[in-house]
Amino acid sequence: MKELMLGNKALARGLWEAGVAFVSSYPGTPSTEITEEAVKFNEIYCEWAPNEKVAMESAFGASLAGKRAFCGQKHVGLNVAADPLFTLSYTGINAGLVIVVADDAGMHSSQNEQDSRHYAIAAKVPMLEPADSAEALNFAKLAYEISEQFDTPVIIKMCTRVAHSQSVVETSERVEHSKTYEKNIAKYVMMPGNAKKRHPIVEERTKKLIEYAETTPINRVEFLTDELGIITSSTSYQYVKEVFGEGASVLKLGMINPLPVELIKNFASRVKKLVVVEELDPIIENHVKSLGLAVEGSELLPRIDEFSQNLVAERLGVRGQGSGVSLEDAIPPRPPVMCAGCPHRGLFYSLKKRKCTVLGDIGCYTLGAVPPLSTIELTLCMGASIGATHGFNKMLGKDSESKTVAVIGDSTFMHSGMTGLANVAYNQSNSTVIILDNSITGMTGHQQNPSTGLNIKGDPAGKIDLEALCRAMGIKRVRVVDPYNLKECDVAIKEELAAQEPSVIISRRPCALLKTVKHKPPLYVDKNKCIGCKSCMKIGCPAISMKDGKAVVDQTQCVGCEVCSQLCPKKAFAREA
Amino acid sequence: METKNIIIVGVGGQGSLLASKILGHLLLNEGFDVKVSEVHGMSQRGGSVITYVRFGDKVYSPVVDKGQADFIVSFEILETARWLSYLKADGQIVTNTQQIDPMPVITGAATYPENLVEKIRAQGIKIDAMDCLTLARQAGSQKAVNIVLLGRLSHYFDISETAWQNSLRANVPPKFLDINQRAFELGKKFV
Ligand SMILES: Cc1ncc(C[n+]2csc(CCOP(=O)(O)OP(=O)(O)O)c2C)c(N)n1
Repeated sequence: MKELMLGNKALARGLWEAGVAFVSSYPGTPSTEITEEAVKFNEIYCEWAPNEKVAMESAFGASLAGKRAFCGQKHVGLNVAADPLFTLSYTGINAGLVIVVADDAGMHSSQNEQDSRHYAIAAKVPMLEPADSAEALNFAKLAYEISEQFDTPVIIKMCTRVAHSQSVVETSERVEHSKTYEKNIAKYVMMPGNAKKRHPIVEERTKKLIEYAETTPINRVEFLTDELGIITSSTSYQYVKEVFGEGASVLKLGMINPLPVELIKNFASRVKKLVVVEELDPIIENHVKSLGLAVEGSELLPRIDEFSQNLVAERLGVRGQGSGVSLEDAIPPRPPVMCAGCPHRGLFYSLKKRKCTVLGDIGCYTLGAVPPLSTIELTLCMGASIGATHGFNKMLGKDSESKTVAVIGDSTFMHSGMTGLANVAYNQSNSTVIILDNSITGMTGHQQNPSTGLNIKGDPAGKIDLEALCRAMGIKRVRVVDPYNLKECDVAIKEELAAQEPSVIISRRPCALLKTVKHKPPLYVDKNKCIGCKSCMKIGCPAISMKDGKAVVDQTQCVGCEVCSQLCPKKAFAREA
Repeated sequence: METKNIIIVGVGGQGSLLASKILGHLLLNEGFDVKVSEVHGMSQRGGSVITYVRFGDKVYSPVVDKGQADFIVSFEILETARWLSYLKADGQIVTNTQQIDPMPVITGAATYPENLVEKIRAQGIKIDAMDCLTLARQAGSQKAVNIVLLGRLSHYFDISETAWQNSLRANVPPKFLDINQRAFELGKKFV
């Protein structure tokens, strides 16, 4: 049957058709929907792991047990899972093991723009790169065949434009696959003596994979003219076809590690001019150059940001593209904001008021860095807030200890904040850590995590008690506050910063967008009482604006959290009786 | 047929995903090759969002670029202005006139430009500007803004009423079908 399908959903469908039995992932845009779609198939056991490293190790365990397994993550997630990956390349697999890494050229929703193809090269594992949903589905199935044929994990590299675009796919049925586990110390115990014997096997495998790359149908030549030949892959292929149509010959690479040699040489020999069109780093380009071929790429195309058809056309000198009209007015930007009723808001207001140095982390609360709150001073990678605060305080001592806090979300704390806190407890820095517990992984669209008590299906699951956990690590000062209560937040921050030992404040209130959260009716502003002092504007709530010198509340957005009313000197916020 | 391009723009959380789903379903059933591209994640949180819908005999790129959109379907008038450069010279705009202040306007760092519809029209651009919120409420739910917009868009397509209705039925929950059908009609009849 023909269907319009999101790239990520098509990939999940491919997993199902390939007979996958186990999926363990940690969410991250643009990879999250693969696992959210996979869980809809009864035949696949699915879970959210606390982080990508655990997810990959768990998926490997399932492969070892003889079942086809999968883990998915965004590009930076693979940094976290890099350790198991590099040695999985040595051990190989039992049943097929496929790993998705989803890059985000253009940084629609990420903290960097890394090109994950480097991982496939460095870890010496094959990598496939689909260019649309149909390929996402088919490459998923092919990846399991390659994995089992060559005894290796296989990475599929997605990107935002493939993961989050819908295109037409044809589906088929599921085929079951199973193997049995056999003890094999020489293959699976990677101590030096054994690993030394595995490394040559990896090198041999790469040679065989290059042979495979020469003939696999997913590396295909579309020969149309000898004037211009373009080597490309992924979404760049789509831009090239859009721009050139029949006007260029194309070598479309579906397998981007290892890269073929003869296929490329042969293609190059048939065209007068050779160009590589690839987003981010010049990986194919450098490979082509290493073969001694004349090729253009980096001279023409930028090495930052994502491409588009206009950009490819312009840079390859095809035609001037119309740029459309625009108005003379300055159009104010519309950056993302914390939602109305977001529990993070009250806490950040309190931190701002106390002029704290806030070393932050990644999640919805990163929006605490944008005006008018402008409170967060650091965002690096998941979990970094606590480590950074520890080092900062160790070096700056008392001055810093009395005003610096780490802020970290519940999911991020589970992901990689716990080890940071262990360091604070162990090496005794007088640091204050605030866990923003909104009882969900908010930023990526509401996934459960080990502290929420529910599993990926929303069914009851194990629940980590954050207070008990922090105490068990040796933090004696652990307290819980309600971020809707500004007074309570202020007192807690003041006291814990003054304390002469490490402390944890858990700011607890579920995300306002959760369906299970009951809201109070919206507030309105009594025009007779409002003096237009703008105190309520300091919290940056999208539901409050000024009209004719008075504050007004947008009734469609307000969820009645009452944080604004605590700031009003005239008690002008009220509720319809 | 040459590929046709639609962009759907608005503020994160306004319901553009349903509009693109209905369009995608409709166009596929009409026998076109279709691609729909959307943005998830960070910018969904009240930020400016854009969805691309492309259809024709064979569609390659999943995105629409500047100067290429045959239609801009917009949930908010500032967003219409923001994405104006994506419109083709003879393109058509179907827009809601609702204004949602972005944070820089709320904090006073920027001002919301005035009379945007008139200014766009003054450039000789074809624009249908409707108070979709009022029409949606009239239909029975303020959430039906997206369907009002689709109703108006349908006016420019050579696709049967039955086909549109089928796609509505296939993509909205049965208990909201009535409301959405009314919203579609109100949009379609708008002059
Ligand atoms: C290593 C890594 N994995 C995944 C992500 C994607 N990501 C960004 S923030 C986040 C979690 C946010 O959840 P939480 O800490 O609970 O904060 P909230 O958004 O709910 O406020 C995730 C999964 C990432 N940036 N880095």
